[in-house]
Amino acid sequence: MASEFFHRKVERNTIGFVLAIIGVASIGGIVEIAPLFTIHETVEEAPDMRLYTPLELAGRNIYIREGCYACHSQMIRTLRDEVERYGPYSLAVESKYDHPMLWGSKRTGPDLARIGDKYSDAWHVRHLIDPREVVPESIMPKYGWLARTELRTADLGEHLAAQRAVGVPYTPEMIENATADAYAQATPDSAGAGGVTERYGDATQMRVFDGDAARVTEMDALVAYLQILGRLTEAAYGEQPTAATE
Amino acid sequence: MSSYTGKPDPVTGRATTGHEWNGIEELETPIPRLVFFFLGAAFLFAVICWILYPTWPLVWSYTRGVLGTDQRSVVTRQVEEAAAERSAWTARVMDESPADVAADPALMRLVNEAGHTLFVDNCAACHGTRATGGLGFPNLTAKAWLWGDGSPEAIEETIRIGINSTNDDTRASQMLAFGRDGVLDTQKIDAVVAYVRSLSGLKPAAGDDAARIEAGRQVFADNCASCHGEEAKGNRDLGAPDLTDANWLYGSDAYSVFTTVYGGRQGHMPHWGARLSPLDTRILALYVHGLTRPAQ
Repeated sequence: MASEFFHRKVERNTIGFVLAIIGVASIGGIVEIAPLFTIHETVEEAPDMRLYTPLELAGRNIYIREGCYACHSQMIRTLRDEVERYGPYSLAVESKYDHPMLWGSKRTGPDLARIGDKYSDAWHVRHLIDPREVVPESIMPKYGWLARTELRTADLGEHLAAQRAVGVPYTPEMIENATADAYAQATPDSAGAGGVTERYGDATQMRVFDGDAARVTEMDALVAYLQILGRLTEAAYGEQPTAATE
Repeated sequence: MSSYTGKPDPVTGRATTGHEWNGIEELETPIPRLVFFFLGAAFLFAVICWILYPTWPLVWSYTRGVLGTDQRSVVTRQVEEAAAERSAWTARVMDESPADVAADPALMRLVNEAGHTLFVDNCAACHGTRATGGLGFPNLTAKAWLWGDGSPEAIEETIRIGINSTNDDTRASQMLAFGRDGVLDTQKIDAVVAYVRSLSGLKPAAGDDAARIEAGRQVFADNCASCHGEEAKGNRDLGAPDLTDANWLYGSDAYSVFTTVYGGRQGHMPHWGARLSPLDTRILALYVHGLTRPAQ
């Protein structure tokens, strides 16, 4: 039979067989992922989208370093219980500047896609230092050393440059001032504070996040990041059926 | 070496595959028809889904499916349906005065059920699942209100705009840092701490004699009475707590009170107006208003 002959031939040709496996295995990707690059209506517009400040980006790096994504997702699905608990479902555009994306795939803790501005800074700090002090039933590990560890800011310009290389529109000016901006955002009374709002917008949250104005710690960065989650753009708060539009 | 012409198996008489391994041969057993049936059914199911739902990517667009539906419109419809389902009682919660709602036990049972879910999802992180609060987070069952008279309306307003929040209309309040900002020296702070603690009958700390308490009275009148009132009963228009009761937001021991006077305090409650609907805010306000102190 012809098909039997074909199979015998392919199976005995190593390179051919490897190519055939790759070809078959990539069908799913070609059908499901590749079209997203050409079908533009699958990604919404968000003209008000703002960038992560250097301090928030540093916090995001700490979030990745500590593996927060292993227990917390940042993706509210189109399910009624999720929309009613967490807020509007996540839009693709909200992850536009997330490299890598931190959607996650497991929720040991709650989803964090819209945690920004939900709780106070003081709560976040105490919760990170000892989760069980404020939520007795929590099984989250303690992250107290973040409050004692000075944030490394010297290389933040390079982090911004790396983000720019993958398409985040940081300007050369932002890259140049990254270290100073990170310090200024957590030290709002300092001279550099004006530059931060000038570069990143008036809505930028300028304050002492960890309650210690004397220095900029990793706690400052992580809380600054958590407090901006879901607030880079208002795009999701349009026509969506959130609890707020009931 | 195998051949393609399998010999019949001498024992069963059935055909073999033709492969032979050290004298062992394998019966030629066909795949059960049921497997092909389910395989076919799965294909058919897929084809029906292709027709009904958005599926195939075209280069610039995709097939919409004849149902014209997608996950987003489904969840929109589900949320709307759920809201419509409970509109019989939620309409009353919004239309009637909070006092009337609170006076209707049947209605309040529904309000408390929904309120508890909302509370656990949104408020319990700080105030605790039993609303008893913690250090820095007020106990909502104690009825020791910082802002307003404890009516559902006042609670609703606090939930909506927050306290020292990022909302433009926020309730705003700050306990000054009398020590750090150099308004009072440590001696005066010690005195006023002793006086304030004496107001609620706490056991005096070491060195808190009558003379110190008396000195503290004067310090209090000069510095604290403008917000906390001459009788230290607090001021619920300013968010200044009552210092004569048994509730201590930041601790009642002499060291904690000293820290409060020295470094000041500024609690922060986020605003929920953008996150919760007016209905949910009203339900939460009624729920919190109805909370009673849990049995110790």
